[in-house]
Amino acid sequence: MPGHTLTVNSPLAVEMNGIVKTFGDTRALDGVDLAVPRGAVYGLLGPNGAGKTTSVRVLTTLLRPDAGTARIDGIDVVADPHAVRQRIGLTGQYAAVEERLTARENLGFVGRLFHLPRARVAARADELLERFDLTDAADRVVKGFSGGMRRRLDIAMSLIAEPSVLFLDEPTTGLDPRSRLGMWDVIEELAADGTTVLLTTQYLEEADRLAEQIVVIDHGRVIAEGSPDELKQRIGGARLSVRIARPENQERAMSTLTPLCAGEVVSDDARTGFSAPIIAGDGVVPGVIRALDDAGVDVLDVEVRRPSLDDVFLVLTGRTTDAEEDAS
Amino acid sequence: MNRLRWLLHDSWVEAERHLRIIPRNVELLIFASIQPIMFLAIFVYVFGGSIVIPGFDNYDQFLMPGIFAQTLVFGSAFTGIGLADDLQKGLVDRLRSLPMSRSAVIVGRTISDLVRNLFTFVVMIVVALAIGFRFTGGAVDAITATALLVLFSYALSWVQAVIGLSVSSVEAANSAGFIWMFPLTFVSSAFVDPSNMPGWLRPVADANPFTLVTNSARALYNGNPVGNDAWWALAWSVGIIVVFSTMAARRFSRSTAG
Ligand SMILES: Nc1ncnc2c1ncn2[C@@H]1O[C@H](COP(=O)(O)OP(=O)(O)OP(=O)(O)O)[C@@H](O)[C@H]1O
Ligand SMILES: [Mg+2]
Repeated sequence: MPGHTLTVNSPLAVEMNGIVKTFGDTRALDGVDLAVPRGAVYGLLGPNGAGKTTSVRVLTTLLRPDAGTARIDGIDVVADPHAVRQRIGLTGQYAAVEERLTARENLGFVGRLFHLPRARVAARADELLERFDLTDAADRVVKGFSGGMRRRLDIAMSLIAEPSVLFLDEPTTGLDPRSRLGMWDVIEELAADGTTVLLTTQYLEEADRLAEQIVVIDHGRVIAEGSPDELKQRIGGARLSVRIARPENQERAMSTLTPLCAGEVVSDDARTGFSAPIIAGDGVVPGVIRALDDAGVDVLDVEVRRPSLDDVFLVLTGRTTDAEEDAS
Repeated sequence: MNRLRWLLHDSWVEAERHLRIIPRNVELLIFASIQPIMFLAIFVYVFGGSIVIPGFDNYDQFLMPGIFAQTLVFGSAFTGIGLADDLQKGLVDRLRSLPMSRSAVIVGRTISDLVRNLFTFVVMIVVALAIGFRFTGGAVDAITATALLVLFSYALSWVQAVIGLSVSSVEAANSAGFIWMFPLTFVSSAFVDPSNMPGWLRPVADANPFTLVTNSARALYNGNPVGNDAWWALAWSVGIIVVFSTMAARRFSRSTAG
């Protein structure tokens, strides 16, 4: 192994500055900036063709950018791709496993290509098979694996050399809901162990659950960045909805709710439904129920609706994500 | 030095990835053996009686080296198909993201195909001996002849590698890999004497490197004088390897899984 064991002091695990990549007339990346601190989980969110995979390919040394700089742990991906490859794990958009070999053999050949000692590869393979729930299937040929099993093996393969930065390109696309939940647990565990994770996704729910910071890209540009909560707040705070049993209590309900809310309380035509903006926080719902109860109003339902990332996406791009999903 | 050790290590890991599956894939083994046996049988029994070659009392002694050569050359197509398959499945992307020697992916593939081809060759020799073929030139010449054939087939593996890395699907690699091998092997001295070909075709057959390779191997297997043909055959193989390995390396660093 060449002497790339330089200690890097960069506080950023992943860095992109003004990255441009064109394919013919398509500007796949049009000046992308990204900064992922060490140990963080970042979500790259965007519809089909946004430039998610292209970003990952630039960062993992598979594509040379036309302009801009990209660094992993402070190491330039163009200047020293080899040192970058020693630090990263890549799980591409489509599972890249050798179908004709067993799960264990797949882990073995990747481990040996990382130049780990054989004994270390074997031990690490056992560990990963166990962790990804593949021990029973370890010595079966991958051809017969389900999509979820392949994906787990795929991720296990990218973890064999304990990378400091892990790239996951749409890790749950094509998985059934149960496998998706399993995958989320796995990613959360990796994050808890301190691995920096950059994952791309088209699922807002996924970014919301896994990523502490979300970078929204569209047409090769970053159009928004922030924590899931920040992004949601950007399009307005939470709203309270209340339903009561009897219309004759309308007046009393409104006067009870007004001091608890952050704005005007509006009532529906049936005079039993109310809605108002609130400052979302713990204890809002119990507080509302208690106050209405004390005022002698029979409450049927109280709900705080926070804006979803779908709302955010719609506001930012003018499109819903679902409309894009049949493309690709 | 370090780089070379790396290249060898990584190439071997890659070759092993392909070689491991061979003993498991019984179908592949059966078909890999049947094809050369079928070719031997068809040519020897169908054409054998009708073709007379000046200077050869026995057409089989003329023909069989030609079939050996053709079978080995056809075996090179696996290289392109295999690489196209790895590309299509995204495995090449994974490999390109690893801190491994860049060339090892193709070197490993060509080495495993060489081993596979040697297996086919052994099966074929056994069958050829059983139906009457004899190495009348002695052991050293027979080994030299075999080495020339295998080297040429290895060189064509690199041509196939370039093809496999240039096309966008396994199916395309399959057709593009085989199509040119028919004129290459038939417009040659492998099965007939080129002096019986039409005037315009004869020079093509004579200049065909496959003719040179076949002629050298045939002469050596039969204990006839080889002349400079063997050197030319060697030069062609080395030249093809140099040119096409450079092209393949360039394609490899550019290729993507789409
Ligand atoms: N190798 C290529 N050749 C030509 N165009 C490409 C290539 N790779 C990507 N593109 C184009 O670049 C743009 C961004 O593609 P990219 O694959 O990065 O999008 P994505 O966000 O990953 O989309 P998806 O959700 O469909 O995976 C698209 O318009 C795509 O067609
Ligand atoms: Mg993509």
